[in-house]
Amino acid sequence: MKDSGILFIFAYLQGLREDHILPKAATSRKPEKRANLTSAKGTKKTAKPDSNTFLDVEEAIREYEDRKAAQLKAIKLVDKETLREMLYQMVLGRHFEEKCAEVYRMGKIGGFCHLYIGQEAIAIGSMLAIDKDDMVITSYRDHVQAMVKGISPEGVMAELYGREGGCVRGKGGSMHMFSKEHQFFGGHGIVGGQIGVGTGMAYAAKYKNTGQVVLCFFGEAAVNQGIFHESLNMAELWGLPCIYICENNKYGMGTSQTRAMSARSIAKKAEAYEMANEFVDGMDVMAVRGATSRAVERARKEGKPTLLEVRAYRYMGHSMSDPGNYRTREEIQKYQERDPIILFKDSLKEAKVLTDSDFEEIERLATEATEKALKFADESPLPSEDELLAHILA
Amino acid sequence: MAILTIRDALNQALREELIRDENVFIMGEEVAEYDGAYKVTRGLWKEFGDKRVVDAPITELGFAGLGVGAAMAGLRPVIEFMTWNFSILAADQIINHAAKMLYMSGGEFNIPIVFRGPNGSAYQVSSQHSQALEAMYANFPGLKVVMPSNAADAKGLLKSAIRDDNPVIFMEQERMYGMKSEVPEDEDFTIPLGVADVKREGTDCTIVARSMTVPMALDAAAKIQEEFDVSVEVVDPRTIKPLDIDTIVNSVKKTNRLVVVEESHAFASVGAEISHQIMENAFDYLDAPVKRISTAETPMPYAKNLEALALPSVDKIVDAVKEVCYL
Repeated sequence: MKDSGILFIFAYLQGLREDHILPKAATSRKPEKRANLTSAKGTKKTAKPDSNTFLDVEEAIREYEDRKAAQLKAIKLVDKETLREMLYQMVLGRHFEEKCAEVYRMGKIGGFCHLYIGQEAIAIGSMLAIDKDDMVITSYRDHVQAMVKGISPEGVMAELYGREGGCVRGKGGSMHMFSKEHQFFGGHGIVGGQIGVGTGMAYAAKYKNTGQVVLCFFGEAAVNQGIFHESLNMAELWGLPCIYICENNKYGMGTSQTRAMSARSIAKKAEAYEMANEFVDGMDVMAVRGATSRAVERARKEGKPTLLEVRAYRYMGHSMSDPGNYRTREEIQKYQERDPIILFKDSLKEAKVLTDSDFEEIERLATEATEKALKFADESPLPSEDELLAHILA
Repeated sequence: MAILTIRDALNQALREELIRDENVFIMGEEVAEYDGAYKVTRGLWKEFGDKRVVDAPITELGFAGLGVGAAMAGLRPVIEFMTWNFSILAADQIINHAAKMLYMSGGEFNIPIVFRGPNGSAYQVSSQHSQALEAMYANFPGLKVVMPSNAADAKGLLKSAIRDDNPVIFMEQERMYGMKSEVPEDEDFTIPLGVADVKREGTDCTIVARSMTVPMALDAAAKIQEEFDVSVEVVDPRTIKPLDIDTIVNSVKKTNRLVVVEESHAFASVGAEISHQIMENAFDYLDAPVKRISTAETPMPYAKNLEALALPSVDKIVDAVKEVCYL
């Protein structure tokens, strides 16, 4: 079972690569080596909270198997439609962002463009654990969060194109997606700034007793900013329903966490504020969903905040202008082999929830939605010149 | 009319707005149990309780950010900085977040928030506690900047600021909290933002002053009238942004002379902006170059004599008026 599972993953990776679903950097080791390694027995290890070194191959494969076993358990507790929606959103996020990279290179998107490829399990796992009315705020890496919260792919892509049909009329661009209707509070460009704002949104929810919770996303580099510490202190002090989700993708722009943070367990930093915290495997969409659900319950029932440290990995550069000289292709490749979408599909198939034909259908729908968004953005007019001086003051 | 100190007029405005709108809350350092570092919030915590009047930790960036988020989600926060000097720690939330949210969200999220506290010098509190920061905040589109100079203006403008749907920078002056003047007793009394007030009418020279320099300008005008029989008009813009330049231009067209008095430093100041706008709009009416009185281009010294030397004064204003009137 174990061996055949790994071979399946390998075959699957090859197939995906040929379909250009993974970026070109993804290559795979020889299957015989892989098979040998999987037969080796060893102690079980899961992701270490303070681990900043890369797992060796053996460990990585064990980790993959452990994750899948955990996912299979978690999947049984969730209905098929939700699982299907989760996979669809992940695949859509992947396709959408890959297309963004492509059209960025063609000059259709300007400015900064920070892609989410590799981190999909975090947005989807957490945001499918909250209600429609709950509030979400994130950093500049915001395209996928915006879509999962309900902004249409057309609205996001047209915004990237700087067009009138963009979700904020071409005034914000890649870093600043917003929608009051969908309770999506942006899209913020100052590292850590949204942590203060998200805390205030939770303050308002408590003040008005609306029962809403806030998901506040940020990267691990934001943890070194004062606003992180100032906000967590107040959130715990006043019992605010805010779930702080640190997407630890190991690099603050080009500086690895090991070169920027003295105490590297981010989850543990919550203990300085006596705040509940959890370390979560961000390659496992079900693990993220589970941890978020626990935090949401704590927020709604006890009015308490939580800090989640979610270990992630971004495959692309910090932004489209990042050549990525600070890490090796091999490193990226190792992570791509433990891709969250591959893992989730593998689990869904093994659990007999979805089949290959379901996967094909999902791929087709995601491709179509992305193509539709590109067409809409291309056809949407530039903002009128009146927009320049509109919306400065209410 | 009641005779009130500026401190009590501000207190009344806060109290009335807390009663009027349950989404209004006050947050800042020592605003609740301690009754406010300068007693502007005196009695409010006792009357309205923990929910409406909130003591924040000393965490300016944090509670400014909390205010911005609360405003996005439907509240109307009044955030007190113990002094505007400390707002520099919170500048990211004021400038990068509050000022830009409406624009970069394409009109989706406005930020109805008031940041308030004392601005400028106090009494020998030295370099880090004596800054007048209005020019800095006035430089950013998306913020309104208000600076009252008497009790009625303080009350009427603060009520309008709290009801405004935009981020408002509301700058008081520590030396002025105890100054008394008449305040209308009507609870619906407000003064619209963006409207200047002619504090003294005159025909020979215009002084544009704001905040602490308004009472100085009025003293100087009285002195000049008495000593030289020169009639000075004193215009108080009250709101720095949006600036009611028309009232200033109309005054200069009448008097043909302008002195701008301000507590901030001269370089790139609000006075520099007013001088430029007068050059654009009333160049042909000027009979003398515009004169500015500002705080000396130095961090504020501690020693009493040096502090006085650095700041604007009645005598400096009198000299400036004499200069533009060729007396």
